[in-house]
Amino acid sequence: MAVSAVTTTLGDTPPPRRQRLLEDERWLAFVLLVPTMVLLGMFIAYPFVRGIMLSVTSSRVGVPGDFVGLANYYKIWNDGIFRTAVYNTFLYTGVTTVFKLSLGLWLAMLLNHHFRGKAFTRAFILLPFIIPTVLSTFAWKWMFDPTFSVINWCLFQLGAITGRINWLGDPDLAMASIMVVNIWRGVPFFAISLLAGLQTISPELNEAAAIDGAKPWQRFWYITWPLLLPVTMVVVLFSVIQTFADFQIVYVMTGGGPANATHLFATYAYQIGIGTGLLSEGAAISLAMFPILLLVVIVQLLYIRRVETR
Amino acid sequence: MIEGAKWRRWVFFYIPMAFFLLFLLFPFYWMVITSVRPDGELYRPWNSINYNPFWTWKPTWDHVRLLFEETLFASWLWNTMFIALASTVISLICGVFAGYALSRLNFPFAGSLGTGIFITYLVPQTLLFIPLAEIIRNYRLGDTPWSLILTYPTFLIPFCTWLMMGYFKAVPKELEECARIDGASRWQAMIYIIIPVAIPGILSAGIFAFTLSWNEFIYALVFLSSPEQKTVPVGVISELIRGDVFYWGPLMAGALLGSIPVAIAYSFFVEHYVAGLTGSVKG
Repeated sequence: MAVSAVTTTLGDTPPPRRQRLLEDERWLAFVLLVPTMVLLGMFIAYPFVRGIMLSVTSSRVGVPGDFVGLANYYKIWNDGIFRTAVYNTFLYTGVTTVFKLSLGLWLAMLLNHHFRGKAFTRAFILLPFIIPTVLSTFAWKWMFDPTFSVINWCLFQLGAITGRINWLGDPDLAMASIMVVNIWRGVPFFAISLLAGLQTISPELNEAAAIDGAKPWQRFWYITWPLLLPVTMVVVLFSVIQTFADFQIVYVMTGGGPANATHLFATYAYQIGIGTGLLSEGAAISLAMFPILLLVVIVQLLYIRRVETR
Repeated sequence: MIEGAKWRRWVFFYIPMAFFLLFLLFPFYWMVITSVRPDGELYRPWNSINYNPFWTWKPTWDHVRLLFEETLFASWLWNTMFIALASTVISLICGVFAGYALSRLNFPFAGSLGTGIFITYLVPQTLLFIPLAEIIRNYRLGDTPWSLILTYPTFLIPFCTWLMMGYFKAVPKELEECARIDGASRWQAMIYIIIPVAIPGILSAGIFAFTLSWNEFIYALVFLSSPEQKTVPVGVISELIRGDVFYWGPLMAGALLGSIPVAIAYSFFVEHYVAGLTGSVKG
């Protein structure tokens, strides 16, 4: 509605007036922001409201359903699979974030040295991050295949195992395998972002500290780490949101199995909402992520504000 | 480079680096080797004798041929390309305009609008896909490329806007003022003076947005249903897995070929991509 109003007023008036309108900063800003606001309003704000409304009804595919209050939330609260999914999501996010940060920081510090083929190495290292996740996860699923696993082959040749390991058939091993894939995909992002942060730190600081007799780990702990902290915080919070809401890796690797043991919020919401068609319950499950995501976003906003005002 | 004895260089640099490269790149090697390996070799148990999983002497094109002759892989590639390009262009136009307005113009609520866009940047697709699927159906967009072309900008625009704000802020005000003194309108100053200066930023945002939309999965999975409308990731999943049977050869060939366009686009703009990536985090 706002769009059509603007275009008609602009179209009906002769060019001089349109130009005068665009000379006004507020009008120009409004015109420039309309396309963004319309798209974000239609496909983010409106679905969000619809999602909340949907989650308090009993809708299924093809059946509008009635208002049922918080019954869906009450139902998932008492759902054992949902509780497992919540536990899995926190475990998945926590464990992978720790590994992604430490491995990513290590890789960033390696890349911060000068060596031959550095640009080339850096370009190749980002591949896991740019290749479509679903497609690369298939390569991992094939590597973890119970009968044809190359990982089993390597372990067998090394003498580490005698029988096969059914990577995706055991709940704990399946969860660990999924985490490995997530870490694999996330390390390049951490490494390249942290490398950009490392490059802003003047080497003179480290040299001065070295002359004063600081050991390498002291230099890291008292110089590099504090100076890198703002970038680290933003990268971690960003990654936490993505990991918490992850869908693709679990969907491809296990589909939530074996016996619903590896579900995350998103895959369980998909299974209930789209798989079995219980739209309202599925909407309730994915909206249950919202308070936690909101908390992370608030922390991030407060942190950015603090850094900016300092 | 690491100072000191030679062994230190090996222990603290070469060995860890080799470990990282192996970990990060091995799956791609595995994809390549699987996609050219004949089925007879592919399905040999891991503990059978004389089995060398890392090499094949009888490479075959069978899997690629199956992909193009018996599935709609070519259409999936074309769909993915079209959707990714269209949503990138839409997001760039919106993002450049919004970024310009938020960083260089004074108007009421500019700050809170900026924060609002930043928050939508952090909304994951998995939060809204169920109500969105209903809305797409109500707008009669289901099973068309437009369902994705119009929804992908929701996660691309915020990021483009955020990145462009950074670039526009760095352009000195004087540049614009000079043009205005010479008689250019605000609109002309933006189009002819400020936007050309920010071209590196537009390239970074564009290449990053392109890889993100090529990567997107859950919307494509939920909104598209007929085989000829699908994108590569969804098509590969739904057509090359029949029940419990995985066609691993074609699957890997599809994964490889489906990654090549985005890898090529990336290789031409590595520097811009890295700038976009780090810019998207730092803001």
